Amino acid sequence: MSRDGTIRLGAGAGFAGDRIDPAQVLAERGELDYLIFECLGERTVATGQARKLLDPKAGYDPLLAARMRAVLGATTEQGITVVTNSGAANPVAAAAVVAQVAEQVCSRSVRIAAVTGDDVLDAVRRIDPVVWETGRPLSEHSEELVSANAYIGADAVLPALDVDADVIVTGRLADPALYLAPLMHEFGWAGQDWETLGAGTAVGHLLECAGQLTGGYFADPVTKPVRGLANLGFPFGDVRADGTAEFGKVEGTGGELSRRTCAEQLLYEVGDPARYLTPDVTADFTGVSFETIGPDRVAVSGATGSTRPEELKVTLGFRGGWLGEGQISYAGPRALQRAQLAGEIVQQRLWEVHGIPAENVGVEYIGAGAAFRGLSAPTEVPEVRLRVTAKVPDAETAALVGWEVESLYTNGPAGGGGARSSRAEVLAIRSCLIPRAQVTSAVHTTEVTV
Amino acid sequence: MRTVDDLADVRTGDKGDTLILAVFPRTEDDYELLSRTMTVDAVATHFAPLVTGDVRRTDMPLVSGLVFELPGVLGGGVTGSPVLDGHGKCLSYHLLSMAVPESL
Repeated sequence: MSRDGTIRLGAGAGFAGDRIDPAQVLAERGELDYLIFECLGERTVATGQARKLLDPKAGYDPLLAARMRAVLGATTEQGITVVTNSGAANPVAAAAVVAQVAEQVCSRSVRIAAVTGDDVLDAVRRIDPVVWETGRPLSEHSEELVSANAYIGADAVLPALDVDADVIVTGRLADPALYLAPLMHEFGWAGQDWETLGAGTAVGHLLECAGQLTGGYFADPVTKPVRGLANLGFPFGDVRADGTAEFGKVEGTGGELSRRTCAEQLLYEVGDPARYLTPDVTADFTGVSFETIGPDRVAVSGATGSTRPEELKVTLGFRGGWLGEGQISYAGPRALQRAQLAGEIVQQRLWEVHGIPAENVGVEYIGAGAAFRGLSAPTEVPEVRLRVTAKVPDAETAALVGWEVESLYTNGPAGGGGARSSRAEVLAIRSCLIPRAQVTSAVHTTEVTV
Repeated sequence: MRTVDDLADVRTGDKGDTLILAVFPRTEDDYELLSRTMTVDAVATHFAPLVTGDVRRTDMPLVSGLVFELPGVLGGGVTGSPVLDGHGKCLSYHLLSMAVPESL
């Protein structure tokens, strides 16, 4: 615990593909107690599981080693604990990767803890829960189930904090729980102190997307100009024992931390602010308010909570075939009409020549309202990019989509350029619930002696 | 014609096929005006025909926010829909184009 009885939590990453250098700045100059990396989306854990099926030592975040190499020297020297869900589908293998990096960059011994228990593939096969999206029992789904990961909570991390691990690697942990666990550990918050857990969850929710709190995703060059976005600083929170906090960022970094950036992040992906469900608590954000304390410094208070949900949400990953894609540009007079003609040609050929039904084919006109899904589509644009996709059973068929788009080069319409194609395996993500009793977490520690 | 863009900021989020839009009027007067004019029906109409169920609004006056949940807009959502912006992140800027009356 630092200075004035507060704990400083730094946000090292807000998603799997996030920048690395802002975390290094936090580690070296942020005077942190904890550095948290949130690196796991719903699909990330399923793709990790698919990679693990091919290689038992894979399945964790591919950027894990690079992130650790950037920060571990500084964090171990200063006694900053690192917590991350980069373990994805394989926290134990991830811990081994962290150990390798620690051997290279750390000047003292390092204790690494892997938290397991979120993998509930066997349990869901046994229990056969109803799948939300289809309303049918899991066993009635014909697609191959690749992964089932429960959103586990902060309580699963506490034993790793109790053994003073320097780095804690988890799998599918709820995002705010990455931040809540250190607070429960440091302040001794009880597992049924719902009001305080709700306050701590609000802190975690505000920090978990890193640069979104410091003006990144907030910025608009006209209505919300933000300085220094190329050097965006990631936030930290100074949290008190009652769960209230002040947010700040390292001096000299870009971005903006204000009541406006905080308000936007508070409600990000929150459908019902009165009942934000996590494995730890049902958090209530309706009483939250922000106060400006100084430049790029904002205080939060007013969050609370009530009893945690009885069941845990599970993300299911199914093999869903392949998605083939092709794109090509048209510009100038009649750009959109030519793109539309091209789209019709490709769709017709995918059906008549290759037997891919039209209902499996998607056509979008990028630059002519595609992002608004037809809600507001212009009739004339200076330039448009046709994008054709098709859901197909296998990789070979998926390649036909890009091929048919590319063949427009010579087969018309006029002036098509810059064709590109790609294909990727699809993992269909669905959800279900599982009783808590079916989930047993465990901590596996590794020591690196220097 | 005034639009929401003149008075507020909007952030999107996604949960499955539900689009979540958080609207942030910039002043107290703007909050008053938009909380009267941005009814669930008006917002549902602006996103028709993509909305498949009841739109819900939660008022957050302490942070000058109005949260809308629009079921169905995202089709299969980020993991189930082949469209380029599966999250629907761009759609916040569609709400900014919604017309706002000059006065109540």
